[in-house]
Amino acid sequence: MEDQNIISVENLVAGYGDNIILTGVNFQIRRGEIFIILGGSGCGKSTLLKYMIGLYRTTRGRVMINGADIMSVDDKKMKSLRLGFGVLFQSGALIGSMTLAENVALPLSRRRDIPEELRNLIVRMKLGMVDLAGYDNHYPAELSGGMKKRAGLARAMVLDPTILFFDEPTAGLDPVTSTEIYNLIRRINVDLGTTMVIVTHDLDLIMSIGQRAIMLDRAAQGIIAEGTPRMLKENRDNPGVFNFFNRENQGDGHYGA
Amino acid sequence: MEEYALSVKGDGDVKIALAGRLVIGNVARFMEEMERLFRDRRPTSVTCELADLVYLDSAGALALLRLQDSVKKHDFPLIYENMSREAREIMDLIDRDALVRPPLHDETTDHSFTVRVGETAFNFYHDLIDVLTFLGELLMAVAYCIFHPGAVRWRDVLFYMKKAGAEALPIVGLISLLIGLIMAFMSSLQLKQFGANIFVASLVGIAIVKELGPIMTAIIVSGRSGSAFAAEIATMMVNEEVDALATMGFDPLRFLAIPKVLAAIIVVPVLTLYSMLFGILGGLLVGVIGLDLTFYTYLQETFKPIELFDVASSLVKSVVFAVLIAGIGCQRGFQVRGGAEAVGEATTSAVVAAIFLVIVADSAFAIVLQYIR
Repeated sequence: MEDQNIISVENLVAGYGDNIILTGVNFQIRRGEIFIILGGSGCGKSTLLKYMIGLYRTTRGRVMINGADIMSVDDKKMKSLRLGFGVLFQSGALIGSMTLAENVALPLSRRRDIPEELRNLIVRMKLGMVDLAGYDNHYPAELSGGMKKRAGLARAMVLDPTILFFDEPTAGLDPVTSTEIYNLIRRINVDLGTTMVIVTHDLDLIMSIGQRAIMLDRAAQGIIAEGTPRMLKENRDNPGVFNFFNRENQGDGHYGA
Repeated sequence: MEEYALSVKGDGDVKIALAGRLVIGNVARFMEEMERLFRDRRPTSVTCELADLVYLDSAGALALLRLQDSVKKHDFPLIYENMSREAREIMDLIDRDALVRPPLHDETTDHSFTVRVGETAFNFYHDLIDVLTFLGELLMAVAYCIFHPGAVRWRDVLFYMKKAGAEALPIVGLISLLIGLIMAFMSSLQLKQFGANIFVASLVGIAIVKELGPIMTAIIVSGRSGSAFAAEIATMMVNEEVDALATMGFDPLRFLAIPKVLAAIIVVPVLTLYSMLFGILGGLLVGVIGLDLTFYTYLQETFKPIELFDVASSLVKSVVFAVLIAGIGCQRGFQVRGGAEAVGEATTSAVVAAIFLVIVADSAFAIVLQYIR
């Protein structure tokens, strides 16, 4: 029977020397869910993400993805594991010297068994999924911020990965474009069953599409709350969590819970 | 007019009325005046009436607070009365704790000279280790590519060959020509005295073919391409493009560094040969125009002392230089953590380090070649 948890982080210690950012982080992510990692600035959420995608390594703690501990696998196994997940970086991280089509085709080029014609079709299909049909020959510098993120998403999705990681997908976007991104994420999750791991502090995103979340805190160097967004919003025991979710505009320019 | 007015009444229990505007421009004068007042009158208590204080900015509020703190020394109370609502709100903005809290970081103290020498030596040592490690990995990857040519991104190799090679031809040609010219001219000034002008040709030839050709080419390529490689990779680091490549399963070294290094290996020897020819041509111009040698004689004398071994060893040198230049450029790029300033630093460092390593390698070659002969 397939393990319900697709990702499991166990006792992870992030940081080194005098610069420990997180200690003893433990949580699981279920297959097919939209999982949010949130917290204030500097709490270590982007750092945690980098450990989860294997950009940082450590011997203290384990990160299990589909049953394999990515902190201790060899390079070859890591490369094959990487084919199974996609990452959308904060600014899209498109290679500036390549066109959109070439960028999206990059993960495809890792496999030798796909003929060029099929490759082109797949690229067109993915660009279409993110509403960027026709932009094949555009360079990243010619695109707006939102378009770059969508292109980055197309690239992350091109091999139909089982897990998609997002680092602040709506940072710097206007509300309308942000909503487009939420809908895109939800649609992919529903249609393809992809597990989504999203690092964000966009409350709208968290409340509208988040299914489960953990909140990190810099002072606590770890998780201070876990549950559905609704649970976190109603959690009156922890003022830090409550204030994060319940800041409301009280009309005269003041914000408060 | 930004002015305040002070009126003072009484002895012992002193009553001061402050009117007007207390702002950043007159705060220093105000504090001085009040301090003088306290020293001269030696009051037992002070009441400061603020009803006519029309305007107070944050510096003014700070001054009032500081005054209250400073009279604690003099051991009498200072009371403010009838502060307007606006003034009170400005006073409330000031966090008194922030005024006295020590900073989280100590001020950067200038370390002594010895400490700095030590630090620099340490950094140099660690840097050397990093560079050697990187060059080692690079050479392994180059060897791998020679046996697995399918793994190389040849389109990128061609692109960098054009940038580092074809586009460098004008400047390499010009500088080599001028160096040859200058060498011929300067040496002729001395040789003329012995009627030995004919030796200018062989002098320029040997110098250019054995040493100056490879070195000048290496320096120019490092300035043009070493810096470009560093800047390109450094910018990609800042934009998380290198991270993206890693998460897609690519090895950044193979993807980004190998094409550049391969292009350099192909192109730098060609540029070196080209530089030798132009250097000799520069000398030729001086010889034929300035020293009345014939074209044929000059060339004959140039090539007489030069053996195939010299040209071959210079080309081998140039391949080594190519690896060093491209390698350091890439390594400096990959080291970047930060923003625009780090990119600039990496670029400069790439050029300087490359030139340094080229000269060191050249010295090593000079010794080795001496013994091989």
